[in-house]
Amino acid sequence: MDFAVQFIINVLSLGGAYALMALGLVLVYGILKLVNFAYGELIMVAGYTLHLVGGSPLPWLVMAAVAVVMAMVAGLATDYVAFRPVRAKSVTAVLITSFAFSTLLQNAALLFISPRPRSVPLPEIFSQSVMIAGTPTPMRDIITIAAAVLLLGLFAFLMQKTVLGIAMRAAATNFTMARMLGVPANLIISSAFAISGLLAGVVGILWIGRIGTVAPAIGLEPLLIAFIACVIGGMRSLQGAVLGGFLLAFIDTTLNYTLSQDLLKFRDAFTFSLVILILLWRPDGLMKGPATGQRT
Amino acid sequence: MIDVKDLHVRYGAVHAVRGVSLSVADGELVTLLGANGAGKSSSILAIAGAIKASGGSVMLDGRDMTSANPEAMLRAGVATVPETRDVFPDLTVDQNLTLGAYARRRDRKSVAEDRARMFDMFPRLAERREQAGGTLSGGEQQMLVIARALMSRPRILLLDEPSLGLAPAIVDQIFQMIADLKAQKLTILLVEQNARKALQVADRAYVLRLGEVAGSGTAREIAASTDLDALYLGG
Repeated sequence: MDFAVQFIINVLSLGGAYALMALGLVLVYGILKLVNFAYGELIMVAGYTLHLVGGSPLPWLVMAAVAVVMAMVAGLATDYVAFRPVRAKSVTAVLITSFAFSTLLQNAALLFISPRPRSVPLPEIFSQSVMIAGTPTPMRDIITIAAAVLLLGLFAFLMQKTVLGIAMRAAATNFTMARMLGVPANLIISSAFAISGLLAGVVGILWIGRIGTVAPAIGLEPLLIAFIACVIGGMRSLQGAVLGGFLLAFIDTTLNYTLSQDLLKFRDAFTFSLVILILLWRPDGLMKGPATGQRT
Repeated sequence: MIDVKDLHVRYGAVHAVRGVSLSVADGELVTLLGANGAGKSSSILAIAGAIKASGGSVMLDGRDMTSANPEAMLRAGVATVPETRDVFPDLTVDQNLTLGAYARRRDRKSVAEDRARMFDMFPRLAERREQAGGTLSGGEQQMLVIARALMSRPRILLLDEPSLGLAPAIVDQIFQMIADLKAQKLTILLVEQNARKALQVADRAYVLRLGEVAGSGTAREIAASTDLDALYLGG
């Protein structure tokens, strides 16, 4: 029983974080049919912002909000610097500019801050635990689950009920038709980058909250996780990204629990093998989106 | 209202539209006839701003809109229903209509009125309000995209092959609706392969052949002077 509760909480908190990461990536991909390789750096930006405002007397929640806003600004900057100037030209160009922007941000962190990990301020609650069904459970897992539920709910509301969300879904299916109905391309793309930044910012704080420090390469793992979750779930489907995130978390957690100590360091090899199996079974991912897959 | 001069469209090496000139006056219903590949749809998409014209000009009430993007064309009053229909399959009928009114979304009251009007005009859509667009039949999808285009309160409607692939009974319904819209003084540029039906509702017609205007005149003149069956075959 204790084991089951612990397992479920682990899967849900890890899965919540993975799902938010994947959603931020797939949102932009759905509309532009281009992967934003600078996505991980949005998490890095949130981390360093938290580090930099750490010395101030502001309440922690305000600091966290500033970090999330900075991640959104970095998301918008990605659009303006890496995507907009070359968007219409070629896929290869955007691939390279988004890598370049990612490297630029990482190197800025190396140069102006430090190559070594820096601590970020975290409230007491991140290191406390509560007893749930007789199992000591870290509060940060509960916070992660709560944040994921809240953000996924908000996101679902946005995409289902608001005109902006409906327009974004339409743009992901058929951008030209959406534009012929008066939906402005630049606004939709910028909104996608801003929301992507918001998700990255929140998930960045939760992610960094696990280790307590931020380093220039912190974004690499989340980018990889998000990418794999999207590939499993289906690159064209928002629900797929969420499903992929939770499934990946389930696989990772199961391996954590079952692999022996010697094998645990090869966990990623096991995870990727399973991912390959899933893709052999469903090459387009688990969920098929409505998208035509056409780039505009 | 709309004045197209010497329009050219190229797809790589293919020169699809070769100097098409046409005009549509206020309240007029003009039809663009021609065989498959005559350049009808390319002309429409170039006017709508969805593809780039490689030459020529598109004037709207004397304003040069040649290089305007599709959203600017819509805001200027040009609504387009492309041949591919392009219902958003995962959005509900209601949400598809909401998008049609995107440019005037802040005017909630009149958008709500128009939505009610569309449901009056197309009772089938009212029954399927909450259904995903992709689950509708071909005829219902055609009605939905026309209703969606009307939600923007366009000054001119570009209608590309509305009867394509539909059952004869539905085709009659669609043409009846086009006649109704004309009676309401909406300006329409209608592309059709079904030349006979199009000429019955149109004021004037242009015949395209291999990307060029091969003839133009009143609907009656064109009906009398053109071998309508040959239009299908590209003769």
